[in-house]
Amino acid sequence: MATILAVDDSASMRQMVVFTLKGAGFNVIEASDGQQALEKAKQSTVDLVLSDVNMPVMDGIELVKNLRTLPEYKFTPILMLTTESASDKKMQGRSAGATGWLVKPFNPEQLLATIRKVLP
Amino acid sequence: MGFVMSVDLSQFHQVFFEESYEGLDVMESALLNMDVNQVDSETINEIFRAAHSIKGGSGTFGFSVIAEFTHVVETLLDLIRSDQFEMQAEHINLFLQSVDCIRTMIQELEQGQSCDTTLASELKAKFTELLEAKDTASTSTAVSDEAASTNAELPSAPVSGGKGWQIYFKPSADILRTGNDPLRMFRELADLGEISVTALLDELPAFSDLDSEACFLAWEISLSGDIQQAQIDEVFEWVVDESEIRITPLNDTLIKNDALPAEMPSEDNKPETQATAPETYTNPGNSELKPTAPNTRQASENPQKTNRKEQKSESTSIRVGTDKIDSLINMVGELVITQSMLNELGKNFDVSSIPKLLEGLAQLSLHTRELQENVMRIRMLPISFAFSRFPRLVHDMSQTLHKKVELVLLGEQTELDKTVMERIGDPLVHLVRNSLDHGLELPEKRLAAGKPETGKITLNAFHQGGNIAIQIIDDGAGLNEERILKKAIENGLVSPDEQLEPSQIHDLIFQPGFSTAETVTDISGRGVGMDVVRRNIQELNGTVEVESHPGKGSTFTIRLPLTLAILDGQLIRVGNQVYIFPLVSIVESIESQDKMIHRVSGASDVLRIRNEYIPIIRLWDVFNIEADHKKVSDGLLVIVEGDNIKVAVLVDDLLAQQQVVIKSLQDNYKSVPGVSGATILGDGTVSLILDISGLIKLAGVGKESYRKVSESGDHQAA
Repeated sequence: MATILAVDDSASMRQMVVFTLKGAGFNVIEASDGQQALEKAKQSTVDLVLSDVNMPVMDGIELVKNLRTLPEYKFTPILMLTTESASDKKMQGRSAGATGWLVKPFNPEQLLATIRKVLP
Repeated sequence: MGFVMSVDLSQFHQVFFEESYEGLDVMESALLNMDVNQVDSETINEIFRAAHSIKGGSGTFGFSVIAEFTHVVETLLDLIRSDQFEMQAEHINLFLQSVDCIRTMIQELEQGQSCDTTLASELKAKFTELLEAKDTASTSTAVSDEAASTNAELPSAPVSGGKGWQIYFKPSADILRTGNDPLRMFRELADLGEISVTALLDELPAFSDLDSEACFLAWEISLSGDIQQAQIDEVFEWVVDESEIRITPLNDTLIKNDALPAEMPSEDNKPETQATAPETYTNPGNSELKPTAPNTRQASENPQKTNRKEQKSESTSIRVGTDKIDSLINMVGELVITQSMLNELGKNFDVSSIPKLLEGLAQLSLHTRELQENVMRIRMLPISFAFSRFPRLVHDMSQTLHKKVELVLLGEQTELDKTVMERIGDPLVHLVRNSLDHGLELPEKRLAAGKPETGKITLNAFHQGGNIAIQIIDDGAGLNEERILKKAIENGLVSPDEQLEPSQIHDLIFQPGFSTAETVTDISGRGVGMDVVRRNIQELNGTVEVESHPGKGSTFTIRLPLTLAILDGQLIRVGNQVYIFPLVSIVESIESQDKMIHRVSGASDVLRIRNEYIPIIRLWDVFNIEADHKKVSDGLLVIVEGDNIKVAVLVDDLLAQQQVVIKSLQDNYKSVPGVSGATILGDGTVSLILDISGLIKLAGVGKESYRKVSESGDHQAA
């Protein structure tokens, strides 16, 4: 089963995402900020990254930029979990190399439906 | 593959509540530290992030009231963050009120109540006013944009292909570098209906110029079936901005081909509309949000504070640093190694293995001790948890009292047991309030006394022996000894001709029913006196004392045991029973002489020592057990203090002083009067830990009889 790296500084959101993903049978690696996520991504093989945008230490946009510089993450799908209604955050994410986004608030079903788009 | 599952979101609520409280605390302290004249972007970001997380979480977990309110707060924060709005001092107060408001709403949700939105609406109106006043133009365009885009969406929604669709898809060359794979989109389209895809190779460069990571292909896709255009749009949602996409109904492809470019913009609009959808939270024109009862705020503030505390003590989870868990696991590993080593030794044991056995046992005891210490550490939290509420408290209070105050927090990393922490909060608040209200002088008075205008209150926590000490230090006027003494005489606590040391006078403020405040202020005059503070601290096996110098200020020092699970005990013996007194409650131990004992008819005997009359409790009598010495003059008297009453307890012998682990009697047996718990001694016997105040009640030498006794004692002495 695919491995997903779930990044969010909010413990409750992270728990919800992780619980949903594990329930659907995915392997899940957790990180609470971009820096931590980057470290963990380097240490393991990840098939999909799900990341919040607003985080301390390293935000989601920076994380995407950094991941895309790593050869093994050049083409890996990276989905941003965003509450940003303004499209400029999306544009920033896109130009940094994000694959797509899921707008918060979302429910577990929506999360899985979105993941199914990129992980067949 | 099908994901069929339903997730019960309520299981994440507690974590959400806790993390929201944390976020609110972060917002609060950042707001308090903010210098309006020089807004630092990291601070604003911190506040924004906290608000943002609360909004995201509350939306996800279905608390739309909080999400809506937080959204307004966040919108203004975002404007400040991007320098589009200038932060003023009064806005800090508005944000602080919002923090309180969100906190109250979360507390209400946590308790399963519905949110009282009166305050939220009132504040929301203020925010909306600010946002509108700031930039009427941009707000109105945003609204009209929204309206326009909704309108634009309407006609496109019901478009149905009928037979199917013809799609031209030319992605940007970078599409693969964003992790988007055209194949996945085809797969998704194939789920909608029957698909046939033709690749267009027109722009494919010569092999030598080929960038293997770029996409040079375009596709013609025909998709047949009864499919809504929105479904197709959704497939291309993430790439629509960078790609060339034309979607036309299959049946009139030929006719409409020319009109295609004109249709493009409306399609481009679509994802944008979706993106702005959550913005409808703002809706500035909502008339329901007008304040209805402006004076409810005051009323709702007080219950909120008490509720929070109750809630906190109910919550039983604890956050533990991973390093603590890791060291615990490490330690258990060591223990297992030692155990297997001993096991091995036992298999073929002979005399020559004794040194090895001893070594193994030494290791075992070392590891066990380390394990014990580490397990204790799990319950320890830095005292910053208890200190964190003070910046706000002092900020609010100094405004009310028109005093200038600087709050200094020291030793915030000092660790304290979680239970102790929770229960020390109230006494600390009381002491800080007291220092601010009664200790510090008004700025004019301070200047007149040659002191800096701004007063200073220092909270300092540090370890001292096996205890933690917390000091509340102010540089105010100091305790007014004259007034304390006068009041004490009025209240009959002290006789007029008594000569007291300054420290004894200071200590009088902890007597029940003592308050010298000339006017009962809103702040300290809440009917709770210093006696309650002392009692609360004593319940935690701690002590509180005050040191004061006129004109220079006062220092309150609280000493607490590091944990409630372990007690410093004095072992005593009565007959063949061993009991334990908490060491902190022992005043002194003496060998009594006959002349010190006064018999009082109708009450217990009293011990006269240094002009003080102390009732005597015979432990053998109270517990109905055998004793070596039944006569007071034969045994030893241990003078202990509980509930501000001193009693002398007759025992046979004083044994060792040692730390004992407290086992609850209530959990394991049932509650026993006069006994606070039990422990297991080194030799395996069970020993009871005595509860002084309970013992006093049990022996019937409480306050009333004590008073009577000391009066009759006076007569005797006279």
